[in-house]
Amino acid sequence: MKSKTKFSALLLFLGPSLGVISLFFFIPVVAAFSLSFTDFDIYSLGSWEYLRFVGLKNYIDLINDPLFWTALKNTFYFVLLGGPLSVGVSLGTAMLLNSKYIKWKGLFRLVYFLPVVTTLVAVSIVWRYIYHPRFGLLNYVLSFVGVGPFDWLGDPNLAMPAIILMAVWKNFGYNMIIFIAGLQNIPEELYEAASIEGASGWQKFKSITIPMLAPTTLFISVITMIGYFQLFAEPYIMTQGGPLNSTLSIVYYMYQEGFRWWNIGYSTALAFMLFIIILIGTLIQFKVQKIDE
Amino acid sequence: MSERLKKILVILTATIIAFMSLMPFVWMVFASFMKSGEANVYPPKLIPDEFVLTHYITLFTRLNLTGYLINSLVISVGVTFISLIINSMSGYAFAKMAFRGKKHIFNSLLSAMVIPGQVTMLPVFLMLKNMGLINTYWAILIPGMASIFGIFLIKQYALSIPDSLIEAARMDGGTEIQIYWKVILPLCKPILVTLGIFTFMGTWNDFLWPLIVMTDSSMYTLPVALANLMGEHTQDTELMMAGSVITIIPVIVVFLALQKYYIKGIMLGSVKG
Repeated sequence: MKSKTKFSALLLFLGPSLGVISLFFFIPVVAAFSLSFTDFDIYSLGSWEYLRFVGLKNYIDLINDPLFWTALKNTFYFVLLGGPLSVGVSLGTAMLLNSKYIKWKGLFRLVYFLPVVTTLVAVSIVWRYIYHPRFGLLNYVLSFVGVGPFDWLGDPNLAMPAIILMAVWKNFGYNMIIFIAGLQNIPEELYEAASIEGASGWQKFKSITIPMLAPTTLFISVITMIGYFQLFAEPYIMTQGGPLNSTLSIVYYMYQEGFRWWNIGYSTALAFMLFIIILIGTLIQFKVQKIDE
Repeated sequence: MSERLKKILVILTATIIAFMSLMPFVWMVFASFMKSGEANVYPPKLIPDEFVLTHYITLFTRLNLTGYLINSLVISVGVTFISLIINSMSGYAFAKMAFRGKKHIFNSLLSAMVIPGQVTMLPVFLMLKNMGLINTYWAILIPGMASIFGIFLIKQYALSIPDSLIEAARMDGGTEIQIYWKVILPLCKPILVTLGIFTFMGTWNDFLWPLIVMTDSSMYTLPVALANLMGEHTQDTELMMAGSVITIIPVIVVFLALQKYYIKGIMLGSVKG
């Protein structure tokens, strides 16, 4: 049994981290929750006397706010289409790089991973030009197969798919690395045994790869979903939430309400809605995983 | 499918994906050296007729990019070093010190990771505003001094350090600080490098928080400056590409130099997320 560490040592080692996290994370969470029941706005910012308790008003206003529903719908569109697509591409490329036919695996891995480490704002700007309706690289490439040209970021039906495409390109490398590690942990004998019994490639994928990767996939799905719910920089840079609000996300709306118009009470209510949605999403994923087992 | 055909298909697919991953960067670099207007032609050009440095010169002379570069560097390096010290002390304490409520505190920290950072942004902003720290480096440095993920990463690693080593150092009369500095930190070096890269890149690439707390243009970080520049220079494709190149170069260099540690970090973070 280890002896108890002296209090002074604990204070020295844990004090700074727990202090910072309490002051800049836990207390603000509670403060945000309280603020979401007030009408904190630009006037209260000047003097706290104008602050009033308004009960559930912000939350009721949210439910009656068409822009909130638009932002919610767009965010779900991004998460529900972009998330699985991202995870799918990550798994596909992981299996590709795990193939015995590929030499220079390290080089391929490096190239696939490059978009992950680069600055989101910078690549969003680059993609904005790639999506240019007249001079963009993408429309030029598509013209060879006789499609287009499309006004990627100017068409309300295409703007979100364009952002999803860029997000998949930017992010797939990260989860690919985790999938590669997961794939390498599957014992080779399982595949050998299945081959002897005459299983096809697809059968092996369905009854060995997928079940063996289940814990990895759960982890990846959860972190991808949490990240994708926080969509902000891509629409801010590429479309400013447009056209016709078709790329306005929850975080973007929260930013506008909070830091553009200083509707702080309303904005914190929005942030809490986001938190609740993420929490429910995470719980659902864990539940689905349990049922599968 | 024959073995040969399969092989060709696999290699072809992998090459096409590699090409798609690189293409935007290749175009970005080439376009940044084009003369004004050369990137806005049809059909699009890949190689500039003549390589010019005009846009880089404009950025560094007329558009004060040096200032933004310094802001980004000071903030990213500052957050990285301060948080490495604070997180490693904390992670070591959670791994090796005995105290009441340790498990509870650690678990509540871990479960707090589902709370998205955006929830705290308004109260933290108001707090920093009252302290007069908006538009100073402290607005990013202070909230970045400790991170739950960092503590978790160090703790997992420090668990593998044998207790006997710490006991031996204590027998020799080492104080807690000496043990941490002379025994623990050197042993934790690989994980410190990993966490350091994560923190540096995360801070460098961060956009929303700097956008909120740095409203004075002299305090912009590179991503914020770039986003702002985009508003005024949308038509100047070549200039924007030069700005993007400069923003991306430092993270690419850090990544290429230390990619082994970075990749390892992704795995560690995913082990018991």
